[in-house]
Amino acid sequence: MAKIQKSEVEHVAKLARLTFSQAEIDSLTDQLNDILTYIGKLEELDSTGVEPTTHALKLTNCFRGDEVGESLPVDEALSNAPQREGGAFVVPRII
Amino acid sequence: MDYEAVIGLEVHVQLKTRSKIFCSCSTRFGAPPNTHTCPICIGMPGVLPVLNKKVVEYAMKMALATNCEIASVSQFARKHYFYPDLPKGYQISQYELPLAENGWIDVEVDGQTRRIGITRIHMEEDAGKLIHDEHRPLSFVDLNRTGTPLIEIVSEPDIRRPEEASEYLKKIRQLVRYLGISDGNMEEGSLRCDANISLRPLGRQGYGVKSELKNMNSFRHVQKALEYEIRRQTALLLDGGQVVQETRLWDAAKGVTHSMRGKEEAHDYRYFPDPDLVPVEIERVWIEKVRQEMPELPGAKRERFVKEYGLPPYDADVLTSSIHVADYFEECVRLFHRPKTVSNWIMVELLKLLHQDNQEIDTCPVPPSSLAALLKLVEDGTISAKMGKKVLEESYKTGMEPQQIVQEQGLSQLSDEAELKSMVARVIEDFPEEVAKYRSGKKKVFGFLVGQVMRMTRGKANPKKVNELLQKALD
Ligand SMILES: [Zn+2]
Repeated sequence: MAKIQKSEVEHVAKLARLTFSQAEIDSLTDQLNDILTYIGKLEELDSTGVEPTTHALKLTNCFRGDEVGESLPVDEALSNAPQREGGAFVVPRII
Repeated sequence: MDYEAVIGLEVHVQLKTRSKIFCSCSTRFGAPPNTHTCPICIGMPGVLPVLNKKVVEYAMKMALATNCEIASVSQFARKHYFYPDLPKGYQISQYELPLAENGWIDVEVDGQTRRIGITRIHMEEDAGKLIHDEHRPLSFVDLNRTGTPLIEIVSEPDIRRPEEASEYLKKIRQLVRYLGISDGNMEEGSLRCDANISLRPLGRQGYGVKSELKNMNSFRHVQKALEYEIRRQTALLLDGGQVVQETRLWDAAKGVTHSMRGKEEAHDYRYFPDPDLVPVEIERVWIEKVRQEMPELPGAKRERFVKEYGLPPYDADVLTSSIHVADYFEECVRLFHRPKTVSNWIMVELLKLLHQDNQEIDTCPVPPSSLAALLKLVEDGTISAKMGKKVLEESYKTGMEPQQIVQEQGLSQLSDEAELKSMVARVIEDFPEEVAKYRSGKKKVFGFLVGQVMRMTRGKANPKKVNELLQKALD
């Protein structure tokens, strides 16, 4: 399995808006490579003819009908907001 | 050097379901901020989205209407990016296994038909809405729209001219409205369009570097933005410069596009299959059931109107532009069996009245039965066609039945022969000089004499009858 480079860890960290020290980047790179090596064990299995799947369960077509149910009271919806004004969440200005 | 534009469109259509795509919050527009939210659509940890079946069926209808192949298995995926209107940090969309692929629609520009390919149609959720404070460095987040169902329709880069792009969009709008799956209103955002555009030397294959245009909220703006972008890229290339791949925003006020800076890496969405949502399996039986629920589509309807009602293609085109106009026409013809007459009255008179008021035919105060009744009054000579137009206007304004208007205002045409004869006799008696002139060969005076009869009846006399009787009396 291809090894993860430090630059990839930095890139993913940036996408996830995470900041790490050089030491942390080094250790995360090692850890991620360990995980990949571990998962890589699966490649030893012969999976010819096995359908790729996104689920452990053999389940498809879980639907609900188009019916309106109750929503949260606005105070509850906003109860985790660090800042609110009226019924709106307030965030630092975008654009 | 001559360049040719290569344009592809990504259209987002808001679906008209009652509830959201993955939760039972209402999709109703205009509610106070954050009153249509729940743990699922505001992205609380540990919740499970469940797919609204109607969303799948609406998407299937659009797929069938655009000649797409519906996938037997499709899957939702997470598209990751950070923005305050996206509470989960990812949008649930479809990526590798979209609902439908490989379709097309035909568009007509300047009498020429071009087939525009459709790459794919997939389902996804809408984001929330941000309102920016005018004075303070703050933005307000309203998550009512979060989770409203959308379909995204991605075209092949088959479009060559801005007019084609505009026609393509109009076609999409016509289809979603026919299908009753969306309001398809660009100004209100229920239909949104992004455009990819690049240039290449005329006659060459392959693609140049493209820019992605956003923020165009009307058909006209889409066309204008593309026209501007063609000019901008042409000038750049002729100057020996290069187009930079970037997202550009259309500035409607200034009529230009400008670069949206600082979005590098923005396209690294790290898609992966959403483990919270199981695959959607669609079997033939389901597709056929959905197909049967679909109305007759514009193309087929237009053809039928020409064949069944003997209408000119132009009439058929106008009447089938909206399913409501088409329904109105057919209901009217059912009650009054002269299709071309009905067509004329709808196209010339009724649509004009509606247009003046910016109204749609489905809210027209004159129902088809009333127009049919009016046309009967004109046909049997109770009122003249000219009077008919006035009665239609009156009926449109007041909602009153045409018969009632004619009766109450005493508008019915005077056709009673005895009565008209006596009036003609009186006119001949009252205007001996003019009668003498006529008889000596000055035929022009005839019109004056007709006018006198009309005046006596305050315009209500049947002009054809008056002509006949006067002629007889004078000769
Ligand atoms: Zn909800």
